[in-house]
Amino acid sequence: MSLDLPLIWAVVIALAVLLYVLLDGFDLGIGILFPLARSSADRDLMMASIAPYWDGDETWLVLGGGGLFAAFPGAYAVLMPAFYLPIILMLLALILRGVAFEFRARGRRRGKRLWTALFSAGSLVAAVAQGLVLGGFVHGVRVSHGAFVGGPFDWLTPYALLTALGLVAGYALLGAAWLLIKTRDALHGDARRWARTSASAVAVLLAAVSVATLVVEPQVAARWGWTGDGFDLGRLARLAPIPLLGAAGLAVLFVGLARGAQAWPFAGAAIVFLSGYLGLAAGFFPYVAPYALTFRDAANADNALGLLFGGLVVILPVILGYTAWVYWLFRGKTATDAGYH
Amino acid sequence: MATPAQGGYLWAMPLDALLLSRLQFAFTLAFHIIFPSLSIGLASFLAVLEGLWLFTKREAFQRLYLFWLKIFAISFGMGVVTGVVMSYQFGTNWSVFSKMTAGVLGPLLAYEVLTAFFLESSFLGVMLFGWKRVGPCLHFTATCLVAFGTLVSAFWIISANSWMQVPTGYALLPDGRFVARDWLAVILSPSFPQRLAHMVLAAYLSTALLVAAAAAFQIWRDRAQAESRIALRMAIGMFVVVAPLQLFVGDYAGKQLVAQQPAKLAAIEAFWDTRPAQDFHIVAWPDRARAGDDWELSLPKLGSWITTGDANATLRGLKSFPPQDRPPVAVVFWSFRVMVGLGFAMIGLGLWGGALWLRRGLERSRLFLAATMLMGPAGFAAVVAGWITAEVGRQPWVVYGLMRTRDAVSPVGVHEVQASLLAFLAVYALIFSAGVLYILRLIAQGPEAGVAEPPAPTGAPGSAFAAAPPEPTA
Ligand code: HDD
Ligand code: HEM
Ligand code: HEM
Repeated sequence: MSLDLPLIWAVVIALAVLLYVLLDGFDLGIGILFPLARSSADRDLMMASIAPYWDGDETWLVLGGGGLFAAFPGAYAVLMPAFYLPIILMLLALILRGVAFEFRARGRRRGKRLWTALFSAGSLVAAVAQGLVLGGFVHGVRVSHGAFVGGPFDWLTPYALLTALGLVAGYALLGAAWLLIKTRDALHGDARRWARTSASAVAVLLAAVSVATLVVEPQVAARWGWTGDGFDLGRLARLAPIPLLGAAGLAVLFVGLARGAQAWPFAGAAIVFLSGYLGLAAGFFPYVAPYALTFRDAANADNALGLLFGGLVVILPVILGYTAWVYWLFRGKTATDAGYH
Repeated sequence: MATPAQGGYLWAMPLDALLLSRLQFAFTLAFHIIFPSLSIGLASFLAVLEGLWLFTKREAFQRLYLFWLKIFAISFGMGVVTGVVMSYQFGTNWSVFSKMTAGVLGPLLAYEVLTAFFLESSFLGVMLFGWKRVGPCLHFTATCLVAFGTLVSAFWIISANSWMQVPTGYALLPDGRFVARDWLAVILSPSFPQRLAHMVLAAYLSTALLVAAAAAFQIWRDRAQAESRIALRMAIGMFVVVAPLQLFVGDYAGKQLVAQQPAKLAAIEAFWDTRPAQDFHIVAWPDRARAGDDWELSLPKLGSWITTGDANATLRGLKSFPPQDRPPVAVVFWSFRVMVGLGFAMIGLGLWGGALWLRRGLERSRLFLAATMLMGPAGFAAVVAGWITAEVGRQPWVVYGLMRTRDAVSPVGVHEVQASLLAFLAVYALIFSAGVLYILRLIAQGPEAGVAEPPAPTGAPGSAFAAAPPEPTA
């Protein structure tokens, strides 16, 4: 077969992770913004705006993990032990966040307060844990003979703390921008303020992470044209569209916010995420376990990838289709009364 | 890797990362499987109820649907969050297993995500929140798709697990990795058909027991409760048909073990010596150190007869396996007896209920209602006992006969696994208590509550409860 299956799978998994970050990103963002809401009724509405979607959104994380296992077992077997603690932390936080959707509605006074708090804490901790994994990933893992050989806290670096902060701000921005689409009146006004604040934070943190990456990770800096005492402009120019895309996203975001637009801020935020994602990917591609295993080293047997490919071509478009249909079905503003259902 | 002494000992086994990982995997999986069992059963039950409602237009079916939908939403949510944990634990705790078996198991698990998880989770939103947005037929379609998705998911995961139990259709590479030679033989491995059937029937039985218990509770308080009378009869119909069927399928699965997993069979029946006309031990305390049983209470020749149909058949005993290849015997022996004991109790409950039904005495027998309530959680207990039989009976192998569990573990330290196991215990205790509390509270309110009250005060928008249409459509 002339198809480059490992490459196709690398793209598919990258896409699954990106979709996860964008979709569950705004769900987690809602949880991060929860403590800022004025009233319990506002929180009900915030939760209702994501309740029909969160489960489908989280499934992209399962495809990311399951896909990595199926397509790049070499990387899966290295990365999961390497990030053991933050991944377990993320799973525990996602448990609390996930059950809160039902439990918060079932609890009476004290129960409701507990699950309100745990929904929010779960969302925040999940975002932090994902940010730590991201930081640790860009930093790279220690591998020998195909197995992880580092320590339990290798991922814990100042750089990872910075990426965690950035991801929290980014998710808050997605959440606020989502609320602009789904709410009206006072909550809409609050969401606009939250979006403005988090957008500024994202702009600053994105710049900080970019600079930090270049300073801390020499191999990434070299990709971007840093020669040690100056920039190789040719190499930089090839990657320049990525930061330009980010700048365009920020422009869409800020102009949208200033003009009181409903959907443009979300689009702008999504473009910023895309640019940040591509920017990081440009630094470590073709590694799936930086900087030890490339996607070719880690790939599964050809016939396994082939079997999967058959299903992928048919099923993934169907999944995207009905996911879009569900989003379309629940379009429009979320209402507080049960009548909207 | 950590040295054993760091973590202390449990029953003379070093509490190292391996044992802790096994405990963590067993605990999280036993917890997970309770909710899929309920979700699989309820999804099909809900599809039937909605179909009956659409077809007969009887309000009682709609009320039952809306009532069990709320419990389904809780169960499904808990199934999803604990399932995500399982799929990541393959990597965090069993990275060597993952790497070695991905060539075979990877596509199966990925297909589960692609064909089942997305389907279930996307249409769940429509099922819970779509009442006002789609017509009744489309809503019914969504319910059916979710029910179908849960069964597809069971198909793939049982397929993966059955391959680990009885591997076929693979080749072993020199570096220890498995690759598939024949995908059909991998997906439909020899123990797969009976194990899938056994698991799906187990889910249906467990759910029917819970439905019956909830109905019995309502009837106990109010004999005329219309929805509960219907639900109780539907559940009894399920026991009468499915409980004996389960015995039949389980018996078939056991007979296949003679050839497929003789060590597991020997552990299940506590056969130590290889001999013809094995006894059946009703009670025994198998002692691995001594390679024999204490406290035996046995029926002669029945052991051989049950497993082969021939009372004089020769069956292998555990002593014919080297000590390092023998599974833990007492756990397997007893978990099997718990499962089978509960299975017979379910058959009995079905016969009793059926007889009362024929004599029109169902609602009047307080004893039967009490027994039904008592049996409410029995299905879940049998499911967990069954999985313990199947998985512990496979030990010391993770891929039967080919890869040992101790060679499968991740290079993580004992302290990390200690921390994660404790954290799982704490968080699962919290969500289990809350989930059970909320489900029991709903059951106590009963199917009438959901329709009589306006949804706003008890159910926030965004909860399944609020999804109930305010007025029953006649
Ligand atoms: C017989 C059935 C069965 C068994 C043995 C298992 N599961 Fe499960 N699982 C289900 C049946 C199921 C289910 C019925 O599809 C879900 C969906 C909701 C629920 O309650 O259970 C589920 C949910 C679920 C999810 C969340 C899906 C989503 O996002 O919607 C994941 C990732 C897993 N499971 C993974 C696993 C793994 C890795 C297992 C074994 C090690 C496992 N399950 C055993
Ligand atoms: C949901 C149903 C399941 C339950 C309740 C279950 C239960 C268990 C238990 C109790 C053990 C520990 C045995 C021991 O250590 O003595 C175990 C081991 C294991 N099971 Fe399962 N199992 C289930 C399904 C699966 C499936 C579907 C897979 C894979 C596709 C799987 C993979 C494993 C692995 C890798 C181990 C090795 C770790 C160990 O021995 O502890 N299990 N399981
Ligand atoms: C009534 C008589 C029953 C018999 C003879 C029986 C027999 C068996 C056997 C032999 C196994 C091991 C299969 C293997 O490892 O290959 C098994 C597993 C299992 N049993 Fe049963 N069983 C019975 C009842 C039940 C009931 C009532 C339930 C639950 C409601 C149940 C749930 C399970 C589950 C979940 C497993 C693990 C999955 C599997 O291996 O198929 N069983 N059973």
